[in-house]
Amino acid sequence: MDRNGTESGDAVAAGDGHDELVADLLAGSHRALARVITLIEDQSPGYRDVVSALHPHTGSADVIGVTGAPGAGKSTLVDKLAAAYRDRGDTVGVVAVDPASPYTGGAVLGDRIRMGSNVGDMDVFFRSMSARGQLGGLSMATADAVKALDAFGKDTVMIETVGAGQNEVDVVRTADTVAVLVQPGAGDDVQTLKAGILEIGDVFVVNKTDMDGAERTLVEIEEMVHRREGDTAGFDAGHHGAVAGGARTENDADAGGWTPDVVGTVANAGEGVPELIAAFDAHATHLRESGELVRTQRRRYAQEIRTLVRADIGALASAAIERRGGIETLADRVRRKETDPYAVAAELVGPIESCVDDAVDETAGE
Amino acid sequence: MSVDSEERTVRCLVAKVGLDGHDRGAHVIARAFRDAGFEVVYSGLHRAPEEIVQAAVQEDVDVLGISILSGAHNTLVPKVIAGLREYGAFEDTLVLVGGIVPDEDETELKSLGVAEVFGPGTSMAETVEFVRANLPERA
Repeated sequence: MDRNGTESGDAVAAGDGHDELVADLLAGSHRALARVITLIEDQSPGYRDVVSALHPHTGSADVIGVTGAPGAGKSTLVDKLAAAYRDRGDTVGVVAVDPASPYTGGAVLGDRIRMGSNVGDMDVFFRSMSARGQLGGLSMATADAVKALDAFGKDTVMIETVGAGQNEVDVVRTADTVAVLVQPGAGDDVQTLKAGILEIGDVFVVNKTDMDGAERTLVEIEEMVHRREGDTAGFDAGHHGAVAGGARTENDADAGGWTPDVVGTVANAGEGVPELIAAFDAHATHLRESGELVRTQRRRYAQEIRTLVRADIGALASAAIERRGGIETLADRVRRKETDPYAVAAELVGPIESCVDDAVDETAGE
Repeated sequence: MSVDSEERTVRCLVAKVGLDGHDRGAHVIARAFRDAGFEVVYSGLHRAPEEIVQAAVQEDVDVLGISILSGAHNTLVPKVIAGLREYGAFEDTLVLVGGIVPDEDETELKSLGVAEVFGPGTSMAETVEFVRANLPERA
C-alpha cells in the first residue's frame, strides 16, 4: 500500500536531468546512490524532485538510530551490527553524522575507521555526513539520505550520531527504533541521560560490560527505564513492574506501551550483539503489531512537512527582506524610529498572507 | 549561520594504503583540509586498495589523497584507480598521491591518472590550492 502513495507511482519524473540517476539508483548502482546522497547534502537544484521520485519506493527498511556520548563505542557497535545483519543475509546502509567546525565548516569524519568488519563488502553502504551547521536541516538531510538507502533496497539502515543536543536528538528520531549507548561508570552521564535522551531510547545499551561498574550501570538504567514506565502508565504498571527487573509483563503490552530493553555488550568483541539485534527485532515487531508504526510514521512525515514549509516560507520572507533593501536597512529605519519591528514584519508578511488567502478562496470556489 | 556555503563543500578521502604505519603526514593533511573548510573522511591505517575504492565510491568524494611511504605505490595505486574505473567514479575524482615517490614512478603514476604527486616539503597551502584549482566538474 504505502509503496503506491502517489497516483503516478513509478512515473514520477525527477527532472533536471536526474531521471537517469534515479533509475540507476533503483537499478542498484552504488555510484548513483552515492551521488543522490551528495545532491541531498548539498541541497543541489533538483534534489527535491529526486527525493520525491524515490518516495514511492521507500518503506521496506528497518531504520535504527544509534546515539550516545563520544567514546561510548557507537561506531564499533554499528560495525559489528552491520556484520551480524550481513551474516543473516540482510543488506545494510549506515549514515554516520559527525560535527563540523562552526568556523570553517570543515570536518574530519572518522566513523569510517571503525568499519573494519565489513571490508570490501559493498552490501554495507557506509556514508559519513557532517552537521554542516544547518539549523534543523540536518535531520531533514539525514531522513532524505535514509530514504535513498531505503529505496535502493537496504533491509536495515542505521543512523549513528553523537547524542549531544537537540539537533542530534532530532536526527536520531528519524529512526523507527532508537538505541542509546551508555558506558559503565558513567554515573553522572546516567544522570544527564534523564534530560532528553532517556525519553527517546527504545533500547538501552550498556557497552564495555567487561569494565568495572558495568553491573551497577545496568541496574541503574533498568531502574530508570521502569521509573519512566511508572511515570506514564500509573499505578497499575507500577504494581506489575515491581515483579522483576527487565521482565516485560502482559500488562505493559496491553497499555500499548513499550518497556525499553536494556542490553549489555562488549562491542569490540562482538559480545551481546545477537541479543541487541533480537531487541531491535522485538521493537520492530511491537511497532507493527501495536499500530505504533503508523503513528510514528505520521508524526515523522508531519514533522517533515512542517520543516519544509517553514524553510520555504522563510526563504520567501528573506527574499522579501532583500527586495526592501536588506535587513540592516530595515533595522536602521526602526532605529531612527521611522517604523517599528511589528510594522516591518506585518509589511513583509502581508503580501504572503494575502496570497495564501487568495489561494484558499480559489480552492473553496472550485 | 556562521558558515556561508556559497561554494560547494569539497569532500575528500585521506587514505593510508598497504603495510605502512606512518600516518603523521596523513593526519597533518587531513587537518589542513579540514581547516580549509573541506569535509575529510579519514580511512585509518593499513587499508587494502578495495577498501579505499569502497570508501571513495560510497562517500562520493571529490578528492582522493593516497598517502604512501612504503614504496609500494606502483602496486597499490593502479589497483585503486582500476577500482574507481570499475564503479564509474574515476572521471570525477581528483586522485592525489603524497609520499616518497621517485621521479620515474611519478611519471608513470601520472600517466595512469594521478593528478599530482606531492613529495616531502610540499606546503599545506600549496596542496589546498591545487585541490581548489583542479576540482573535477560535477554534473
